[in-house]
Amino acid sequence: MNTPSPLPRVLIVDDEAPARRRLREVLEDCAAERPVEVVGEADNGLDAMQQIEQTRPDIVLLDIRMPSMDGIECAQHLQKLERPPAIIFSTAYDAYACQAFELNAVDYLLKPVRAERLVRALAKAHPLAADALARLRQAHPKTRSHLSVNEKGRIVLIPVEDVLYLKAELKYVTVRTAAREYLIEDSLVRLEEELGERFTRIHRNCLVANSRIREIGKLPGEDDGHFLRLDGLDERLAVSRRQYSILREKFKS
Amino acid sequence: MEKRNHNNRHVELPNFCHLGVNLRIALTVEAALIAGVVARVADSRAFYTEFIALSALAQPALLLTLLALCAAGRWLRSLDYAVGMGMTLLLGTLVPVLATFWLGPLLGGQQDLSLTAVALFALAVGAVLLGYFNLRARALSPAITEARLQALQARIRPHFLFNSLNAVLSLVRSDPRRAERALEDLAELFRALMSDARQLVPLADEVQLTRAYLELEQLRLGDRLVVEWHVEKMPADALIPPLLIQPLVENAVYHGIEPQREPGEISLNIYRSADRVHIVVKNPVATEPSHHKGNRLALENIRERLMLHFDLDATLKSEPLGAVYQVHISLPYTREHTQSAAARPHRR
Repeated sequence: MNTPSPLPRVLIVDDEAPARRRLREVLEDCAAERPVEVVGEADNGLDAMQQIEQTRPDIVLLDIRMPSMDGIECAQHLQKLERPPAIIFSTAYDAYACQAFELNAVDYLLKPVRAERLVRALAKAHPLAADALARLRQAHPKTRSHLSVNEKGRIVLIPVEDVLYLKAELKYVTVRTAAREYLIEDSLVRLEEELGERFTRIHRNCLVANSRIREIGKLPGEDDGHFLRLDGLDERLAVSRRQYSILREKFKS
Repeated sequence: MEKRNHNNRHVELPNFCHLGVNLRIALTVEAALIAGVVARVADSRAFYTEFIALSALAQPALLLTLLALCAAGRWLRSLDYAVGMGMTLLLGTLVPVLATFWLGPLLGGQQDLSLTAVALFALAVGAVLLGYFNLRARALSPAITEARLQALQARIRPHFLFNSLNAVLSLVRSDPRRAERALEDLAELFRALMSDARQLVPLADEVQLTRAYLELEQLRLGDRLVVEWHVEKMPADALIPPLLIQPLVENAVYHGIEPQREPGEISLNIYRSADRVHIVVKNPVATEPSHHKGNRLALENIRERLMLHFDLDATLKSEPLGAVYQVHISLPYTREHTQSAAARPHRR
């Protein structure tokens, strides 16, 4: 007999306590066929992110609908890890999401979960591909609550509500909060599509948070050069001529 | 002779005390008046003077007629349908004629209105209106309304069903008693969902059902759900459409509690004021973006059912009040004896 390989480590994520308890029970029932070690529980995506960084589970049983951060967004941020855990989504009922799971060969569990089904899912569990996740997001549209960046092997989450502006650089987007700057790999166009309700374009390369606009002013000397200042930031951001008129329409008050 | 539609229900005279009925009568009379004046005058200035002069008499007459019909409504509807129609027409003609007779001289009498003209006008408008109400009663009361009501019967969200079943399963080993109670609650909820959507039910039943529903939600959501009941002054015997409150509360949980990590409070306030029943449901407005946008379906559904049951006599108002979202339903207070004594499946 070979030396026994360590048991797969599993994290349970669901916002409902009974659902977590049930999953633990069914995992115990499966122990004869497929033993695992449950390393923890989390009741929302944010908490899950933290625990995953700390405990580094092999498999995450991830509920889709949760407060704070839903399962799909959580999985998207986990992509930034060097070795993301395998993910098995779970949902009580979600016609569109299930269709998307099938199409993208993503494994999922329907609650209430059956032991046989769980055994099969555990056997097949694998890390997800980024494009499959993006398609899942489309099937289950929701704007993300956080942006994320991998800094020295750790995922840093940036709450979208803390973001003052987003500025496109060559390959990256600079994310500015009151505290500091981050560089994320994303496209400004995509971010604008997703976060368009909260942010307004003031220049070809810049989106600002609507709620943080403090003043719009005219640059001295030039005829129609304008700038904009945000709360908690001294920096003057250039407003292009085209966006200036749109901006004035939008914030007439 | 009894007129019955194919669902074996009476075609009845409308309830002349109902706002919607009054509104329809008033609008028709005004339209007929305008048409009459337009036919008689040449230019727009003459139209105004003529219309105002005529209105001075016609408005009080209309008002008196409506009052008389409302007062006699119960008696009229107790008569055979055809006789009732005749008496209604008679009343609807007599009152305006008498009004013209008594009020006409008081109002300056510059009108050249003969009593015969008034009688003919009232008779014609009355006949048109009765014809309209007959058609409306036939179109609305039978199969169509009932099918519509059945279709509108609130449906349980599948998400809630499966999550509840999952919660019950999690209890089976550790707390079988609680699991039993939860299954009983679930059974009660489903019995109500499959019940007859046409029959009004006592308010107390609906409150009991809502409690069963909230019991189940409490199981899933635990401390996150806080419920505040203010029903000490509710008229337990008031009749309301089935599944009026439960879907409101389900909506409140779905939009106000589930998207939040922090505990939130749902409050239910049910009371009677004069001859109206008020139902007020409040939930916190989720600060986190809700999982499903634009889910106003449940409210629209309830609004339409209220309309089918009470016409314009029931109202539903929904509005955000700061950090709280409030839905306020107001409907007429009716009790068992005012309804036909049809056997109502008893629900606990």
